[in-house]
Formats: sequence, structure tokens, C-alpha cells
Amino acid sequence: MTMQLMTEVKHASNGNAPVKVNVKNLDVHYGSFRALAGIDLAVREKQITAIIGPSGCGKSTLLRSFNRMNDLTPGSRTYGEITLDGGNIFAPGVDVVDIRRRVGMVFQRPNPFPKSIYDNVAYGPRLYGIHRRRDLDGIVERSLHSAALWDEVKDKLGQSGFSLSGGQQQRLCIARALAVEPEVILMDEPASALDPISTLRIEELMHDLAHDYTIIIVTHNMQQAARVSDFTAMMMIDDRRAGRVIEFDQTNVIFTRPRDKRTEDYVTGRFG
Amino acid sequence: MSTFTELMQHHHAARMRSRKITNGVMLALTGMLTALALVPLFWIIGYVVVRGGKSINLAFFINMPTPLGVSGGGVRSAIEGTLVITLLAVAFAIPPGVLAAFYAARYPNRPLGVALRFSTDVLAGVPSIVIGLFAYSVLVVPMGHFSGLAGGAALAVLMLPTIIRTTEEMLKLVPGTLREASLGLGATEWKTSLSVLFPAAANGIITGFLLALARAVGETAPLLMTALGNERFDVGQIINSGILSHQSIFAIFGRIINQPVDSLPLALWKYAQQPYPERVEQSWAVALVLMILVLLVNIATRIWVQARARKLKG
Repeated sequence: MTMQLMTEVKHASNGNAPVKVNVKNLDVHYGSFRALAGIDLAVREKQITAIIGPSGCGKSTLLRSFNRMNDLTPGSRTYGEITLDGGNIFAPGVDVVDIRRRVGMVFQRPNPFPKSIYDNVAYGPRLYGIHRRRDLDGIVERSLHSAALWDEVKDKLGQSGFSLSGGQQQRLCIARALAVEPEVILMDEPASALDPISTLRIEELMHDLAHDYTIIIVTHNMQQAARVSDFTAMMMIDDRRAGRVIEFDQTNVIFTRPRDKRTEDYVTGRFG
Repeated sequence: MSTFTELMQHHHAARMRSRKITNGVMLALTGMLTALALVPLFWIIGYVVVRGGKSINLAFFINMPTPLGVSGGGVRSAIEGTLVITLLAVAFAIPPGVLAAFYAARYPNRPLGVALRFSTDVLAGVPSIVIGLFAYSVLVVPMGHFSGLAGGAALAVLMLPTIIRTTEEMLKLVPGTLREASLGLGATEWKTSLSVLFPAAANGIITGFLLALARAVGETAPLLMTALGNERFDVGQIINSGILSHQSIFAIFGRIINQPVDSLPLALWKYAQQPYPERVEQSWAVALVLMILVLLVNIATRIWVQARARKLKG
């Protein structure tokens, strides 16, 4: 796919899009350590929201709260609420499997399963009882198309996921996440382990995906946040080392006229 | 005050020479000691091949043992017995060993995980004859007779620590995000373990089985107190007579494992003690067969693991 084609489909940034995910007064503790304190954040539907901030400020912890991945960390406790389409994901009786289907995740390093390309993508659908070959074929093809990988792998679906390049592996992981048709996609520095060209492809892909999905991305890369996101949340640790969102606004505001001096210093590269 | 460059030039020549000499001496020493460490290995292999090779022929593999003085005797009973005992040991040891390792790798800090790690360490240090005594008292005595079943169980206990620890270590090497990716798609822990973690760690886990197996195949002490040895142990004959008398598969299998069973280490031990040169020669041949068997298991596993790794790379 050419660059030009990719830029044509750039999605529209919309500051008035409805709120898809709403974080209210969220605290996350690991044992006696308070990692996140009083987080408020309104993630808008089909927009790309970037979370930026220096290392250790709790960006990943916040991201992992959206699909309750922190539940897996022994000793972690969560207070406050995160609503997905108005429903609190921490409410008693909520099925965490359902939350994780609706909120997909892409990791920092490409991490395909030790399986074929096809089986990597079909893994999720199979978990939900889809086993008919014809159904799976369709899902696999659609997901790989959406991840802009289909043309490169359509003739070698039976090969191991490890046979692909790093950038292709990351797109395979995106296809794997798309296969269960999530509503929100979390990306934890999805391009930090990739070369610049692969990074660009992932960023273009994010623009495409924002037509249909709400995307939340953690990134260390200021330019990336500025290039891809519609909204940016700036995080810092307070004097008790707890992570907080110190400023949240449309990305162009954060990068051109931030209200907080610390945000300005950070996005202009004076510290962090 | 001299600069660094002046000082260096002053000391350089002498220092350089002594550094080079030290390096050369140490390199030679390391090489010599490495060669020394290899001596016993090749000595054993060479000696066994030379001494054992003389009595080895096809008949030695496929014939049953013969009375002293009757030529053409072989060790079929011991080979069959070793296979039966080893397969039993693998069947007993792998399921609990692997599942325990999954538990310990997933929940290292739960009381059961801590207890498991501690007890595998202890178990790994228990002398094999003590394990034989254990199998003797909990299986042989209650059953009233020696059996291949008891032998397999004793070797299984012996293999457990190796299987648990290597499996656990291999599982810990699998990147945590792989597990999270699977759980993030909504998979259960069990499904994740089975279809993501196990395949990712399989090569190391299988190598661990192999190590445990190679060690167990050559064990003698536990078998003395469990399998005992049985020169007339003949799987083919048991199956034939079972079929002729219309016994079920289970009954035939029961007869195979429920009687004293021969094994290669036991045959070696028994033959080597006898005062007849003919038997002593045979014991060397048995040692060679045992070595070949372990080597074959090793090679087969390596080929399989490599083929798997290649397939995974694509």
C-alpha cells in the first residue's frame, strides 16, 4: 500500500465525539505503593488518545486498567471507576473476559503466539466457540486486511508468525486483537521496538483503525503523539511518587499552548 | 609531570610482553584442563565399545538369555524390561511433573508453590537407593511381590524433580506479554497454559524430559528393590499366550507390569558379579547396549526438537 493511499484515509479529529471510556477518580495500588492517584480522563469514541509522560509515571498502569490487566498483578488494588459505554468495568458481576474482548491490547514488543499466522489470528475467535473453517477464513482475512498485512501474508498463512519481520509481527498482533472485534484498542508503545519505516506503517494503520475503533496509545515519542493522536493526556508523578494526569486536552492544544509549565517543558524536550 | 602518553610509552613494552605471556599461559592451561576433563568421558566410551563390542551381534539383541555354557544367548529380556519400566516411569512422572511445574511457575509465592519448590529440591538430593526402599515399602510389600510396576514408579519418583524444575524454568523464560496477550483476548489461564505457554516452552521442556529419562534409564539401585530382574521376562510370549487364552488387553498389560521385570542395568550388575569370563564379557556388552540406547533417545529428541524449531521459525 502506498503512502499516499494511507494519508487519504486519515480519520477526522472530532473534539465533540461522544465519550467512550470515562475514568473517574481512579487509584491503583501495588501493595502499599500507590501507583496512580485521582485519575480523571474522558476518552472519546473513534478518536486516538495518547498518554505521554516521563518513565515510571504510571502510563502503562493506567493503560492496563482499561482492560483490567492489572488484575493479573498480585497485590494490585483498584479504586474509583472506569466506565465503558456507561457501565463500570470494575462493578461486581462484570465478566472480565467480556471486558477484555471489548478492549483489545497490543504490546510494546511484537509477541505473536508460537503458531501459524492463521492460527494467531484465529486464536481469539476460537476462544468464543467459532470453529467452522469458512467462518474463521473470513475473520482471518478481514482482520489481516484491517491490519494492512493481508497482501504480504495471504500466500503463507500456514507459516509461523515468527517468520515475519518485526513490523509485520506487530501488525499480526494488531490483526489478532482485531479478530474479536473489540471496541477499544490499547497500544503500549506499539512501535518502540520497530525501525522508522515500520513505525510509520503502524502510525498510518492507527489512523485507518480510528475510523472504526477507539484507540488509546502510550508513547514515549513526542513526535508520535503529535502525529497520530487527537487527544493527549500528560502524566507526571506527584511528590509521593503516585502517577497523576496533570493535563488533558486536544493534542494540538497540548503541543502548542499547554496550560501547565511542566507539560510545556516536557513536550518541548526540556526535561523528561 | 609526565603525561599519560609518555608514561605509557615508558612502561608499555615490558607490560605488553608480560600481559601476552600471562594470556598465553592461561590459554594453554585452560585448553589442557579441558582436554583432561574430556579424558574420562572418551575413556569410558572407548573402553565400553572395545570390551563390549566383541560380544555384540544381532543375536545378542533378539535372543533371550541362555544358561551358562550355552552359546547364542542375548539380553532381549533386559531390553524389553528396560523399555517397559521406562515407559511406565514416563507415564507416571510426566503428567504430575508438568502440571506441578505449571502451578509453581504461575503461583511461585502461594504456599503450595513454595512447598513444591522446596520439596523438589529435597527430592533431587535423595539417594536413589532410598527411593527404591520407598517404592519397596509402599508397593512391593503391599502387593506381595516384585514388579515392573514398582520399578516404573521408583524411576518416576527419581525423574520428578528434574522434570518439575526444568519445566518450571522453561515456563519462566516465556515472555510475560505472551501470557497477557492470550488472557487479553479473553482466554482462561488453563487455555493460555495449554495452547500458548506450553508450545512456547516445549523445546526446553522436552529436553528436560530427556535429561530425566537418560538418568533414570541407567539407574540400578532402585530397581534392585522393585523390579528385581527376571531372565525369562518376554513381552512377546506374554502377549501370545494372552491372545491364545482370550485375555483382554488390560489383563495382558497387567501381566506385563505385574511381575518381576528384567532391565539392562540389572543384567549388567548381575553378569559383572559372576565368576565366569563369558558372563563378564556379556556385562560389557550390556553396558554398550545401554549406552547406545541412551544415545539413540538423545539423538531422536534432538532431531525432533530441531525440526520443531525450524518449523516455528518458518
